[in-house]
Amino acid sequence: MDIENLDHYAQLILSLAALVTLTSFIMLAQGRLLRLVFIFALQGFLLVLATAIAAYSFNNPHLYISAAITMALKVLFIPWMLRRHILKLEMHRDVEALSNKTAIMMGGASLVVFSYYVLHPIMQDASMILLNALSLSLAVILLGMLLMISHHQAIAHVVGFMSIENGLFFAATVSTNGMPMVVELGVAFDVLVAAVLFGIFFLHINSSIDSLDVDKMNRLNEVDQ
Amino acid sequence: MNLLIAIMQTLLFISLAPLLAGWLKWCKCYLQNRKAPSLLQPYRDLLKLTHKQPVVSKDASWLFIIAPYIIFSATVIAITVIPLITVDLPTAASADMIVLVGFLAFARFFLVLAGLDVGTAFGGMGSSREMTISSMAEPAMLMAVFTITMTASTTNLSFAIEHILQEGLVLRPSYIFALFALILVAIAETGRIPVDNPATHLELTMIHEAMILEYSGRHLALIEWASQLKLMLYGVLIANIFFPWGMAETLSLSALGYALLAIMGKLGVLAILLALSETLFAKMRLFRVQEFLSFAYLLGLLGMLSHIILEASR
Repeated sequence: MDIENLDHYAQLILSLAALVTLTSFIMLAQGRLLRLVFIFALQGFLLVLATAIAAYSFNNPHLYISAAITMALKVLFIPWMLRRHILKLEMHRDVEALSNKTAIMMGGASLVVFSYYVLHPIMQDASMILLNALSLSLAVILLGMLLMISHHQAIAHVVGFMSIENGLFFAATVSTNGMPMVVELGVAFDVLVAAVLFGIFFLHINSSIDSLDVDKMNRLNEVDQ
Repeated sequence: MNLLIAIMQTLLFISLAPLLAGWLKWCKCYLQNRKAPSLLQPYRDLLKLTHKQPVVSKDASWLFIIAPYIIFSATVIAITVIPLITVDLPTAASADMIVLVGFLAFARFFLVLAGLDVGTAFGGMGSSREMTISSMAEPAMLMAVFTITMTASTTNLSFAIEHILQEGLVLRPSYIFALFALILVAIAETGRIPVDNPATHLELTMIHEAMILEYSGRHLALIEWASQLKLMLYGVLIANIFFPWGMAETLSLSALGYALLAIMGKLGVLAILLALSETLFAKMRLFRVQEFLSFAYLLGLLGMLSHIILEASR
């Protein structure tokens, strides 16, 4: 089935899925933390749009609620909180030196191919939109992991973690028309708690090693040298 | 009849290019709280340059003198391939997008040779930078172009645009990526901020201006005009591939007039966006251009991937 035979809602959802993947790539290359958090909020917003359109076109009103929860948590609250931490710890002027950005980006591109390659045999019988959206959400998950590997700052790790959650959420939205409300509320609450806990961890890491660069933790020693 | 329209269209393209440059300058001046020169100023500049006697260094070879003519004519031939107001062109049918990229590379090759010819430090520096940038911009551009050619199953530009026009409004994820990739490549290839600053004239960071520093008189006029044509070429490419609505599909006078108005409107909006981005962003360091262009390549690659993953029939 070709894309020109799908209705405009499906085309729009696919385009939004592609844009969500694009924001993952931009996050990979971003060395400035404030901008990273902003792009994370943008990714959340694209997700909200996709969910709202899915709610409208599949006629599934409870997806509006999950869109609203995502909007409140991932577009407004968590970016606001991360931004406040960055400003408080005075990290907004730091530019993280990412080693070998081009190789990481090309690795990310191959992850997209890989996730498609993995899902293709499994989803033979499924509809085209399902296969595509699922493979892109798997790609977003893997790209989130790559973001956590390639960045050194703890805040970037948190953003990577949250974008993995974004990928899972998107997969749930398109494949099963959203998770059951109980599960969704539980996940949202977990994310909220995680965000608050991460904030506390930031303060602790910062006060003990005087930096949020986790690479410095490798140099911690039991005895003074 | 079609051939006549193709020639008319090319002449129209050549005569409108300085107007676009003037409009772009006008927008930039307005955004930066400066008093803008008249929209016709680029025409006056070109006219004035043609009246002046060209000064040629005694060390310059024949290549230096012949290069402006080659650059200008290669750019004009590249223009004939591009559908400006109508898609049904005999000239466009004879060449495809890869030939178009080839003509632009040909013009650049001679520009680079001319920069090296006189042997000044600036010329050589500009030439080497130009080649560095173009070696990274060209793959990205071809990647973006291939995305479009794969949906239309033809590398011919006018057939591809006709295909998009007839298909109506289809939201393709791959086109979003290809559009961004082509915009980034266009910025790099036409030497705009953040890759090169078109307004500077004696600075260590210049690229395009460094190569043509030795030119004067009508030679300079031809090179300037060619670079204005190149700017408009990329603008028309972006406008007509991704937003082809309004182009004349029949050859009636009203359709052609409407198409002319449409393309002028689209180019006007694109120029406003370019002026806005040039005002907001600073020029980046030369060694970061590589990151910029590899991002453009990545976008082109993602466009291609999402065409295969999301759109192709199975």
